[in-house]
Amino acid sequence: MNTPDETTATPLLELRGISKTFPGVKALDDVSFALYAGEVHMLLGENGAGKSSLMKVLCGAYSADAGEFFYKGEKVTIASTADAQKLGIAVIFQEFSLVPYLDIAQNIFLGREPKGRIPGTIDRRKILADAKRLLDTIGFDIDPSVVVNTLGVAQQQMVEIAKAISQNARILVMDEPTAALSDRETELLFALIARLKADGVSIVYISHRMAEVFALGDRITVLRDGRRIDGVRPADVTPDQLVRMMVGRTVDMTYPRNFADKPGEVLLHVKGLTSPSGISDINIEVRRGEIVGLCGLVGSGRTEVARAIFGADPVAAGEIMFDGKPISGEPDIAARRGIALIPESRKSEGLALLRSVGDNLVVSALRKLFPSGLFDPRSGQRTADGLIRQLRIATPSARQTVGLLSGGNQQKVVIGKWLAAGAKLFIFDEPTRGIDVGAKSEIFALIDRLVAEGAAALMISSEQVEICHVCDRAYVMREGRVAGHLTRNELTEENIVRLGMHHA
Amino acid sequence: MTDITKEALSPPRSFLSQDAIQLFYRLLAVFLICAVLAVLNDSFLSLGNILNVLRQASLTFFIASGLTLVVLTAGLDLSVGANVALSACIAGTVIHTTGSPVLGILTGLACGGIVGLLNGIMVTALRIPSFIATYGMLWVLNGLTYWYMAGETLHGFPAGFRQIGSGYLFGLPIPVYLLLVFLGIGTLFAQRTIWGQEIYAIGANPVAARLSGIPVTRRLLLVYAVSGTMAGLASIIFLSRLNSAEADIGESLTLPAIAAVLIGGTSLFGGVGTVFGTFVGALILTLVLNGMNLLSVSANWQPLVTGIIVILAVWLDMKTRRRAQ
Repeated sequence: MNTPDETTATPLLELRGISKTFPGVKALDDVSFALYAGEVHMLLGENGAGKSSLMKVLCGAYSADAGEFFYKGEKVTIASTADAQKLGIAVIFQEFSLVPYLDIAQNIFLGREPKGRIPGTIDRRKILADAKRLLDTIGFDIDPSVVVNTLGVAQQQMVEIAKAISQNARILVMDEPTAALSDRETELLFALIARLKADGVSIVYISHRMAEVFALGDRITVLRDGRRIDGVRPADVTPDQLVRMMVGRTVDMTYPRNFADKPGEVLLHVKGLTSPSGISDINIEVRRGEIVGLCGLVGSGRTEVARAIFGADPVAAGEIMFDGKPISGEPDIAARRGIALIPESRKSEGLALLRSVGDNLVVSALRKLFPSGLFDPRSGQRTADGLIRQLRIATPSARQTVGLLSGGNQQKVVIGKWLAAGAKLFIFDEPTRGIDVGAKSEIFALIDRLVAEGAAALMISSEQVEICHVCDRAYVMREGRVAGHLTRNELTEENIVRLGMHHA
Repeated sequence: MTDITKEALSPPRSFLSQDAIQLFYRLLAVFLICAVLAVLNDSFLSLGNILNVLRQASLTFFIASGLTLVVLTAGLDLSVGANVALSACIAGTVIHTTGSPVLGILTGLACGGIVGLLNGIMVTALRIPSFIATYGMLWVLNGLTYWYMAGETLHGFPAGFRQIGSGYLFGLPIPVYLLLVFLGIGTLFAQRTIWGQEIYAIGANPVAARLSGIPVTRRLLLVYAVSGTMAGLASIIFLSRLNSAEADIGESLTLPAIAAVLIGGTSLFGGVGTVFGTFVGALILTLVLNGMNLLSVSANWQPLVTGIIVILAVWLDMKTRRRAQ
């Protein structure tokens, strides 16, 4: 290995003491990070550990609240994406930023097209020739006049990389670049990375796959809770040691939970569920009186499982049994049978923000409250007032516009609408996202009471601490499948992370 | 337990709800227009003229009331005028050939309803934006009607049938009774049925509505079918009032109906508005046109004035709503 020796060489890029705070969250806390020329530097951490924030600071999308940047030992500022570009930093995002209806050459030279002889025109021949030369240097054999939206994910990624190289990028930041690639495509990407390294390009590589970390990485930086935990070389650690560095997030409090001695009958039984949204052969069981966790990394298919059960995504194969009978169809059927979905993005999927608290609280219960089909505003108001008291929703009245409430109170409204509808199974997707600590504990107390009264809950959460504290047991997902099941005794952060990461 | 309930409460909204304030402004506008016209022209306040205004407003209202429901779901139905023309021509033919006004009325309503349902299918099953689906439908219906009529005019209908559009009952035109009936039905449907509530929820946030268990597709089909059926109803009243039908009678109907909906305070973004507001919108539109007639202002100015009123009304709504937030 021709890895540079960090004791003698000057880093190509160095970040010292970077901090970034968002309202209520310290995304990065005094993080230092050194990148040497021609190395692949792996960035590791759980969901929310600060990898994305660090990446965005690196490429100038976020400006850091504190900290310094050094390029080849000289102090520089990265306050904008233009600053980052000048230093040769380019990011290959998971969602590509190519223009779908332009061809490869046009995408590579977008905004920098060589001018033709007639003013206002583009030298088409030159742009194609330049693109071809560029694609050859990265070993991508394709006609540059092919339109981008006909390309597969791997090929689009290659175009992104070619575009970065054409802008003289010396530092490439890749965010889970192999997430959507086949094994063969992954091999091609790895070959390209080796070639780029040989040319002295440095790569910051975010990955959740252990095998990649050890196969590609020259060095590894582990983040947790916005802090840099350690920097190591792959040769000096084992996968288990890395997992232990990633977990162990600090918590300020414990959550109330009265575990039942023995769970009730099976309420939800999912057999071999497969959906075109990207999940396959899901087998899950939830009993009355249980809170069952559904964990895994972001993008592992947790939300897709919830949506398929609720009928929001189509089901390609498999069977969903609810309360002893099969269920299929649109969400209105699931809702009528007693399934509730509390979606992750409350504002866009859970609430009609401009409508009143009262309107939002009764919207799912209209059929139950008014079986004749005639709506009585006063009776609807009474139901809403009752829920506001029961859930202690902080609002001046049921007439208040729901968009004006705090996140925690909005979440209570979403839960409240399903209480009014008499739901039996509550599927929570990140129920505590964007909610303050006090409201969190109230929400967990509420879920605890619901299941104690005979309901059941399936809870998706990236907060592994929460899963460990409140769940009876949990399923861990990885790449669209259930990778494992953890009983109450096995439920530790370490086990969740280990099952959720790719070891193959 | 924690003290989340004690967190700072946002100030309560003003005493009157947003809808009530907007309605108040509109009724004030109606009153002001009436006052100005009464001062400027003696014949404005005559019974004959007032009944004439109401009758005119009723024609716009029938089309606009169904359209209101579509707009409440954040959709648009541009085919209503063309639908009126086709439905009127088909209903007229049925009356001529069978001699039965009842059969003709039912055919007109059914024709309108079927067209509406087809719009609904395009919007839901085919996922075509309503603006485009109903715009295409406008051309299709125009094409069908012109082909079907082949330049002919239908006229001369039974006296009993003509009563619907031009007859009186206890001194009031029959269309005015129909106006009151459908204003009542429309308002009850929107405000006092669970379907109406679901329509508001769909318009406010279609994704959240679906994930709240509302059968969005079925409600949208209903809304477009109702809009079409109301166009069918309007076609009957036109047929009866004009005592004739031609292929081009619908061409000047769609844009005024949209104007009435917008002047009435229904938001094109969905979820906000009332059927009663649309009635007031139709009234304002008719009053202004009537006033211009009485004051002998050239009819050429009418589109310009309509345009300014629509822009003003929507701008004022947006301003008051923004302030409320």
